[in-house]
Order: sequence, then structure tokens, then C-alpha cells
Amino acid sequence: MSSNTIALTELPASRPLALRLHEWVTTVDHKRLGILYILFALVFLAVGGVEATIMRLQLIGPHKDLVSPEVFNRMFTMHGTTMIFFVAMPLVFGFANYLVPLMIGARDMAFPRLNAFSFWMSALGGIFLYFSFLGGDGLYGAGSAPDVGWFAYAPLTSKTFSLGHSTDYWTLSLLSSGIGSIGTAINIITTILCLRCPGMTLGKMPLLVWLNLVMAALVILAVSPLSAAQIMLLIDRYLGAHFFDTQAGGSAVVWMHFFWIFGHPEVYVLVLPAFGFASEIIPVFSRKAMFGYPVMVLATIAIGFIGMSVWAHHMFTVGMSAGANTFFVLSTMAIAVPTGIKIFNWMATMWGGKIRFDVPMMFCVAFLFQFLVAGLTGVTLAVAPFDWQLGNSYYVVAHFHYVIVGGILFTAFGAFYYWFPKVYGKMLNETLGILHFWLFFIGFHLTFDFMHIPGLLGMPRRIYTYEPGRGWDTWNLIVTVGVAFQAAGILFFACNLIWSYLRGKTSGNDPWDAWTLEWSISSPPPVYNYAVVPVVRSRRPLWDLKHPEDPDWRYE
Amino acid sequence: MTPTNIFAPASTPADSIFGLSIFVLLNVAAIFIVVFALLAYVVVRFRSKRNDDRKEPAQIYGSTQVELAWTVIPVLIVLALFLASARVIASIQNPPRPPGALEVIVTGHQYWWEYRYPSLNIVSANELHVPVSDPAHPTPTFLTLLSADTLHSFWVPRLAGKTDLIPNHPNHMWIDPHEPGLFLGQCAQYCGTQHAKMLLRVYVQPRDEFDRWVREQQQTPQSAALSPGQRTFESMACGNCHTISGTPARGRFGPDLTHIMSRDTIAAGAAPNTPQKLRLWIKNPDAVKPGSKMPAMGLPDQDVDAVAAYLETLR
Repeated sequence: MSSNTIALTELPASRPLALRLHEWVTTVDHKRLGILYILFALVFLAVGGVEATIMRLQLIGPHKDLVSPEVFNRMFTMHGTTMIFFVAMPLVFGFANYLVPLMIGARDMAFPRLNAFSFWMSALGGIFLYFSFLGGDGLYGAGSAPDVGWFAYAPLTSKTFSLGHSTDYWTLSLLSSGIGSIGTAINIITTILCLRCPGMTLGKMPLLVWLNLVMAALVILAVSPLSAAQIMLLIDRYLGAHFFDTQAGGSAVVWMHFFWIFGHPEVYVLVLPAFGFASEIIPVFSRKAMFGYPVMVLATIAIGFIGMSVWAHHMFTVGMSAGANTFFVLSTMAIAVPTGIKIFNWMATMWGGKIRFDVPMMFCVAFLFQFLVAGLTGVTLAVAPFDWQLGNSYYVVAHFHYVIVGGILFTAFGAFYYWFPKVYGKMLNETLGILHFWLFFIGFHLTFDFMHIPGLLGMPRRIYTYEPGRGWDTWNLIVTVGVAFQAAGILFFACNLIWSYLRGKTSGNDPWDAWTLEWSISSPPPVYNYAVVPVVRSRRPLWDLKHPEDPDWRYE
Repeated sequence: MTPTNIFAPASTPADSIFGLSIFVLLNVAAIFIVVFALLAYVVVRFRSKRNDDRKEPAQIYGSTQVELAWTVIPVLIVLALFLASARVIASIQNPPRPPGALEVIVTGHQYWWEYRYPSLNIVSANELHVPVSDPAHPTPTFLTLLSADTLHSFWVPRLAGKTDLIPNHPNHMWIDPHEPGLFLGQCAQYCGTQHAKMLLRVYVQPRDEFDRWVREQQQTPQSAALSPGQRTFESMACGNCHTISGTPARGRFGPDLTHIMSRDTIAAGAAPNTPQKLRLWIKNPDAVKPGSKMPAMGLPDQDVDAVAAYLETLR
């Protein structure tokens, strides 16, 4: 036997549990790390959901005292931090990890060990954040979980206003998960640039891969300043610097710039992979090639560039000059153009197709309608004077939940139903899936459609209770009722995952009659992915295979 | 009617925002209707039929003309919205300053508002009094916004958009209310535990009524003899945080109480200024506003009564 032959002998089917868990902890396989990322995200989705539910119960009517103001403030801080850093980011990285190598015909990510390191750094971040419930009291006996809000504006984070260690755990948490994010971003970029199979030029990559490439570039650009700011905050708190310590001449506004130069590109970090899911699912279920592929790529790159220059629209109310406000109005509105182009191209892809409404497509169609609304309320917020009224009100809260839940989470659910058969070789149950969709859809609209209205009526965000007689009561009641439907939807989703994993219908390798490379190999894919490295000639290699009389490469 | 509706403007900045917002909303609604209708049409029209022949539909890879159309039209809409916004930004941020303008320095504290009228030599808290501004002879009020601790934001939706109060970073805004009345709002930037009960009340008064209020606020109350309540107030460190003009109490950490009885509310609008609530507030501030910076001094009941009785003389 020569030394470069890889032994592919099957491992014995039943191994001790401890051994199997050990394999998961020490794995460097991109598919297992992808699954770990996604499981991690699902656990925190449940935790963040409980925190949101506590807030909504408190706000069901005026002057309720289910929880104290201190607890409420911790809940919105933990909810925001958890959902962004420990649900949305790991979901995005989990799917990227699992799918990108499969879609470009690679056997793994470029740096498998960096991949494992990055995942465990992110996991450590989640542990830091939640350890604050135990360790946040510190020696001062004040604190517990952080209560500074997820964007932690100075000077609330200074020693003067944040006693104990809650803010420190928040900082360490973001620092640690930030290192993980940057590591994974470097890995994704390198994988895409260096490991594509023969024939797959940049112009023939699946759109999901393109979107993840731009996403990873944005992660490096956006998370770096955030990490820098966290280090500065630590130096402020422990080494006596005064970057953000306003009582010693520091600047609260500098923190805002640092945070939002991360915070706004972060929105695109999350939404671009969601666009990726939609760009794979919509063509397959419309039975048509993606309309305007080059334009979709250009629009993605444009969103990446413009997305780096809009951050201060989060700061229209901090007293910037008229010139600065005007600039950020223009840059923010400009981003509506490439985003609009994307919606039109998805619509054109469906036009003239034969649309199959399986569960993945139901989620993606709902996404199109909801993202339209989210984009348009985004335009209203981009108008700086209008933002002086709407900013920091419940209208903003409704808007960004429309983006993150109505856009990103809906397509992510679609992605679960679409790729679960590839990951486990079993279909997710359709009946449970339809129940999941409709319950979550109704809950989403009850909660987030009606949440815009109290904002228009002057209700600011982050208040643990409100005065009666402001016309906010009924709207808040409806918003809270929606939570029950969303929770029921999530419950059906969880049952579906577990039930289908155990006894789902066998799916075969290509249940959706799809066109990208991952559907050409067995489900679940073998550890090495591709026994023979594939060669592609078009953006839809499996279409070429299935329609040798009319292959795509003649038209591209 | 909702007292904090952004679509019921009563002052020029709120009014110009209202006009712009209607223009923006009409545009956005038109786009919504067109795109929603197209999407709905596609979803209904092109769903696969039950007795489908399973043949793949015609594959179309793109069209330059169509792409150009749905690029150029949005660009034009964006330009229109941008120009409209730029005009309103300039008109609100660079206003004319007529000679009759009133200056007020607003300082945000955890969790209350301090108002200083430098030209009138008045210090007040939580309830802002300003004169009505007749559009023919405008007497706007210009606010300089400061913060003593964390961030806050001044938001009275019917009068103007919000502007943040940031330590080391003075901000400016202005209002010119066209009608008298009470206008409500509240702090709109998370500032700590009791952010929710940092309420704003702006009393817009006709000129003569406002002038009368000014004269009352300018008076220093004269008390003949030291009452038991005043003695307790001055000996129990109350004066370290509160000012009462004409007495040794000169603290600036809490609201100025010189004319506390001229106010309708206490604790930044969290409770009505009734004798009962005032006693409760002195005895146990957390019962009125948990997390407020006012400490419970542990006074025996008769001292609480005496201090309350003293405060009730401060008109």
C-alpha cells in the first residue's frame, strides 16, 4: 500500500457515546462544523425567544410589573446580543460552512483547523455572555447580566454607570466571537478563491457562493472595528484610558461611530447569505435559470461597497452637521437600488416558470413580500428628518425585525427545509412544515406589522413600561398575541427537526430535481464529499447533465 | 386622540417633517402597490398546474433592457426623495433666529430634565414652559441640549423630531409651537434603569400667561420662621442634591425645588403632584419610580409629614 492512499474503511456502526461525542468535539470536517454552528444557533434562538417573550408579556398593557426595570433592561440587552451574535451569525456561518465546499466541488474548507478554532471561539463567546448571569455581580454585588443595550452606548458602559462585571462579560463575549467570525470569514474567502473545481470560474459560481464571498469580506471589514472598540472599552475600564469615558473628556460619539461602522455592514453580513438561500431556492422551485445572473453579482458587490458607507444613518439624532446628514441620506437611499434590482430579478426568475409551492418555496415567497416592506420602511428611515421622529421608536424596532425575521429567518427556514434532505438523507415532514409556516407567518405579521404603529404614535423603544392614554395599549396587546403564534410555529419546527431526523421519509440524493453540485453526491454526503473532483461547464452543472440536448453553457 | 402622534404637528419643525413624511409615504406606498401586485400576479399566474406535463419551462437567462429599466426608475425616485430630504434638513438645521427668541438650556439627568432660562434667571425641572409663537411674529424657543451623565434624547413628537443629549457634545434644536396646550413626550435614548419614566411635559402658554409664570418663578420665597420641615430638610442632606433659593440648600444633583408646588407632577412626570404622592416619594422613592437616583432617607413618619408640609409651601 503506498503512503498516499487514503483508507476509506467504514467505521463500526455503533460506537460508545463518549467516543462519538469526542469525534464531534475534535472534528475539523466542514460539514460537522456546519451542523455544530447551526445547532448552537438553534439553542440560542430558543433562549433569545424566551427573552423576547418576557419583554412582550411585560408590555402587554400599560403599567404592568411582571418584571422589574432592571430585569427588563437585561432582557433586551441579552435578546439583541444573543440574536445577532449567537443566532444569526452562527446560522450564516453554519450554512456557509456546510454548503460552500459542496457547491464548489471542494473536499473541505481551505483551513479545517482554523475552522474548528473559529467555531469554538464563537461558542466560547456565547458561554461568556451567559456566564454573566452568574459572574456579573463581581465584587461590587451589583450587576448580573449586562443591561447596557446591545449597542452598549457610552458612557453607560463606563465604570461609573456599570458596576460589577456584566459589561466585561459582554465585551469578552463579543471579542471572542469576533475572533471566531474573522477566522471563518478568512476561511470562506480563501476556500472560494482557491478551491473551486475545474471549470468553475468566478462567473460560474452558484449565487449563494458569490453572496457568501461578499459576506465574508464584509465580516472582516466590519468585525475588526468592533473588536478594536471592545479592546478600547476594556482599556477604559481597567487601565484608566478615557476613549469613551465622558466624565474625563472621552467621546460617546466615537463609540457610536465604531459600533455602527460594524453594525450596519452587519445587517448585510446577515442578509446577503439570506439572499443566497433565495437565489438557490427560487430558481429550482420555479424550474427556471436565475434571471440576470451577472446583474445579481454586480448588485451584490454594489451592496457590499455602499453598505460600508451608510453607518451614520443610525446617528441622525446625535447632532451631526446638515452636510453629514445629507450625505448619509443619499448613501443610504442608494442601497435601495441594488436591493430593488435583486427583488425584480427574483420576480423575473419566477415569471414564466412552473412554480412548485413546497415548503422551502413558501418561505422564500413570503420573504419576497416581507423584504419588500422592510426595504420600503428602510427608505422612510433613510429620510433624516423623518428619522428624527421615527428613530429609536418602535417603528425602528418593527423595521429591523422585518429585515431580520421576515427576511433572514424566513429564508433560513426555507434553507432548512431545502437542504435537510442533503444533510441527513431524510425529508422534513411536509405537514409539520406547512403548520410551521402558517403559524409563524401569522405570528410574524401580528407582531411586526402592528409594531410599526405605536412607533408612529410616539412610543420609544427600550422602555420597561408605558403610560396609559397614549393610544399604545391596543397595538401592544396585538403585538404580544402574535408572539404566541410565533412560539407555536417554532415548536412545530423543533418537533419536525427531531421527528424527521429519527423517522423522516428517505429523500434520495436529489429530491428537488435541483441543479447545483451538492445534489450530485449521496445524502448525507461522504466525509470526503467528492470521490472524483467534478468538472463543470456552466452555472447549473446538473442541468447540463439532465438536459444534454440543451445545456446551459451554450447560452452563458 | 393620541397626545404623542407624529402626524399631528403643532410646531414648524414637526410640521415640515410631517409634510416631507407624507411625500415619502406616498412614494413608498405607490412602489409597494406596484411591486406587490406584480409579485402576487407572478405567484398566482405561474404556479404549476395539477395536470402539468412535467416539461421544463423555457429558460430565460436575462435581458439588458429590462435590467436597465428597473435600475433607472428607482434611481430617479431615490433622487427625488433625496432632494426633498436635503431641503428639509437645511430648513430645520439652519433656522433664522428672530430677536424675540427664547433660550433654554436643557440638561438631561438620570432620570429627569433640568431647564435653565439664562436670560430670565429661572431654573426649573421636568415641566418646560414656553410661549406660543405667532407665525406672523415668531417667538421660537431655542434649546441647547446638555447631559450631566449618560445619553438622553429630547422627543416631543408634536413639536419636533428628537435630538440626543450627549455629555461633552452640546446639541441644539428649536420649537415654535403655534397653539397653547400641554405637549407630551419622553426620553428617547436608553439612559439607564428608569429610562421609561423620564417623561417630558411642555406647557405652551399664551404670552401673558407665560409672562406671569416667569414672574412667579423669579420670586424667591420668603419664609418668616424656620419650620420643622425645613429644619429636617436642611439637616438631612436633602440640600446636597436639591436647591431651594434663599436657603442653604444648593445641591444640583436633583431637581430645583424652589417652586415645586407650581408643577403638576413629581419624579419627572411619573406621579401627579398630590400631597399623598409627595409623601410617598419622600418616604420611599422606589415605590413611585424604582431605580430612581433619589435615596430613601429612612425618615420617621412625622418627619416625612413635616418635610412634605414644608415643600407644600414652596409655590
